[in-house]
Amino acid sequence: MTSVKSKIVIEARDVGLTFETKDGPVVALKDVNLTVTEGEFVSFIGPSGCGKTTFLRAIAALEHPTSGSLTVNGLSPDAARQARAYGYVFQAAGLYPWRTISGNIKLPLEIMGFSPAAQAERLSRVLSLVELEGFGGKFPWQLSGGMQQRASIARALAFDADILLMDEPFGALDEIVRDRLNEELLQLWARTEKTIAFVTHSIPEAVFLSTKIVVMSPRPGRITDVIDSPLPKERPLNIRDSQEFIDIAQRVREGLRAGHAYGD
Amino acid sequence: MIFDVGSNKMKSLGPILTVLMVIFAFWYLMAIKLNSQWEYDQAVRAKVEVGFWDILPNTMQQKKPVLPAPHQVLTGLWDGLAGQPITSKRSLVYHAWITLSGTIYGFVIGTAMGILLAVGIVYNRAMDLSVMPWAIASQMIPIIAIAPMLAVVVHALGASAIVTKAVISAYLSFFPVLVGMVKGLRAPEQMQIDLLHTYSASKTEILWKLRFPASVPFLFTSLQVGIAASLVGAIVGELNQPAGLGARLLQGTYHGLTVHIWAALIVASLLAAILVKTIQGFERITLVKMGMRK
Amino acid sequence: MNLLIAVMLFWGLAWLVNLRLARSTRPIVRILVPMIFGITLLVLWEGLVHGLDVSPVILPPPSSVAIKFAASYKVLWTDLTQTFFKGALSGFIIGALVAFLVAIAVDRSPFLKAGVLPIGNFMSALPIVGVAPIMVMWFGFGWQSKAAVVVVMVFFPILINVIAGLAASERMQRDLMATWGASYWQTLFKLRLPAAMPFVFNGLKIAGTLSLIGAIVAEFFGSPTMGIGFRITAEIGRLGLDMIWAEITMAALVGSAFYGVIVFLERRVTFWHPSQRH
Repeated sequence: MTSVKSKIVIEARDVGLTFETKDGPVVALKDVNLTVTEGEFVSFIGPSGCGKTTFLRAIAALEHPTSGSLTVNGLSPDAARQARAYGYVFQAAGLYPWRTISGNIKLPLEIMGFSPAAQAERLSRVLSLVELEGFGGKFPWQLSGGMQQRASIARALAFDADILLMDEPFGALDEIVRDRLNEELLQLWARTEKTIAFVTHSIPEAVFLSTKIVVMSPRPGRITDVIDSPLPKERPLNIRDSQEFIDIAQRVREGLRAGHAYGD
Repeated sequence: MIFDVGSNKMKSLGPILTVLMVIFAFWYLMAIKLNSQWEYDQAVRAKVEVGFWDILPNTMQQKKPVLPAPHQVLTGLWDGLAGQPITSKRSLVYHAWITLSGTIYGFVIGTAMGILLAVGIVYNRAMDLSVMPWAIASQMIPIIAIAPMLAVVVHALGASAIVTKAVISAYLSFFPVLVGMVKGLRAPEQMQIDLLHTYSASKTEILWKLRFPASVPFLFTSLQVGIAASLVGAIVGELNQPAGLGARLLQGTYHGLTVHIWAALIVASLLAAILVKTIQGFERITLVKMGMRK
Repeated sequence: MNLLIAVMLFWGLAWLVNLRLARSTRPIVRILVPMIFGITLLVLWEGLVHGLDVSPVILPPPSSVAIKFAASYKVLWTDLTQTFFKGALSGFIIGALVAFLVAIAVDRSPFLKAGVLPIGNFMSALPIVGVAPIMVMWFGFGWQSKAAVVVVMVFFPILINVIAGLAASERMQRDLMATWGASYWQTLFKLRLPAAMPFVFNGLKIAGTLSLIGAIVAEFFGSPTMGIGFRITAEIGRLGLDMIWAEITMAALVGSAFYGVIVFLERRVTFWHPSQRH
């Protein structure tokens, strides 16, 4: 599937990241080479310690590679951050309990200096995007886990970043809610045409959501396999029972096994 | 929270020493500034002209300085601790011992009362509802303020001076222990209590086997607060008595002997530090034996 | 003798009433039971003093304290103004502000924090009230020296609580702020200060209790002819114990009201904290 837009959004070349800890150096990432083009949905999957979260944080300039080069939209990650290139979604919603949902979504807008009028306009736009209209005045603890996470996503979308970085955003939710949010996320992606980098522990989730799956393994953290998904962009939930889906999932599993994810 | 220096002691040593040195430097400067006025006044009286550098050494050696210099305080401290026979009325060790005995006396009573009341509150709803609000309210009564009155009452009843101190110390230490024990006795999760019920455990057994062990960490935290409070209580209780660190503080005030005041204050602080550290030591041993800490 | 028996009967009766009431879950019970307990204590006090013929020089009955209270409200008000409003309250506010600013300054430097926090913890456990004589010497007999004592007493508890509170925001929250390119001050005002409020109020509650005590004790070391501490020492010489109890009652009431105000503010500001929601 060739895309007209093949602008490179994230480029990693021989990226390495070593942490200095009390017990000696820990190689979190080694020889990571990856290219992400505009509009892709890339999943990172692997066991604990494989570096997938570290890599995501490096893209977000929350960590800094100790070797190699990493660019976001052609800029260094720090510069990209200043240019508001991406929105970050954590595993926990991380909403401020002393602000309403509207207050929370407006928070990055306040920091970035948007005018009150612009803030209000963006607020209503993203609230309808994640289907939380009418809940703006509620406080986070009054909402369910799934709704809080949707608010967190709305917050990440509010300032029109082209890239969405999501670190196991649905990990703390039960499967039924997770299915629904997966569907909604795909619809959101289709409507907004953003580039999404998504870290997950779940093989079905990775295969269902992505156009590209990056399989990683630990000690040292590295990429074992990169799978370009042949699945069509529009996919209903029951595509998970199709043969193609099962084949891709199997390939992912083999990549994980090759990286000793199953302890053998 | 008190004395929680943190695990990485060596790493904190540098910053702590730096801050301490800054404090000492500031102290010297303030001593010079505050004591110099008197020197200038003396010079005027003697009709002598003096410059700043002339009086500088004098500001460090005054008999009744406004702010004694650190070395003066240290000398006074050393003299009071080691330079006097321990049983003499001029020895700080003697006074510290008087204060300490009052503190411990009151602390033990206050702790015992706190624990007993806590058990009552946890097991009897009527006590819970009636006593807890008043226990909280009792802390609003500035018990320290009635120390002088208490001294009169105790004296009229014919009891010894140490009773005044013990009453105040007990009063001040009882509340933190009460609050801590109530919290601690109620700390076990419902799940753990239910488990004991499936073993047909009696209320007493639940108290001894579950609630008391669970309350130990809370108890020790409260004991640290309680003993510091007991010490303050004992000191204030001594204000009109002939002996003790509090008495020393007041005497120093009456006679303008600032070095005495500072030395007594430092000994009181050292005493507080030793007492709290001792409790922390007991805490560590107990928790390690109970397997609640490595 | 009859009086003693009557008092004991009253106590037993009140206790029974409380036992019955305690079984109910109606909210009015939470006020009724402690009130009955309090009234019982007063009745016991009054009865025992009269029944055992206790000298008013040792322990006056509540009735005479109440009479004295009503009769001396002018003096009580003067003392209250001197000790609480001028001494304790101003010391509390100044001490809190200074502690707050120092905490923020310390926060900006991990080096300072490593040095100040242990020392602050140490100082907050010391019998700080002992600086009262020194403060009287420096600031004179007036309310300023009392305020100075209160400042020193409340400084350390508030300082360590604010520092702890500033550290309370989770790493994830601070990372989010970083991804939005927020400056140090934006992060401080929009995240770390609101998140620190539960701790700050913890410190303020401790400080509130300490400030009145500090002001009163400071007055023992020297005071103009007014103030709660002064009045107490003066009345001891005249054996006016009922006046002393009247002063104590007033101090307790005002202290409780002050604490209540802080708790009220805490509820409004930290409405979002789990401890306030249950």
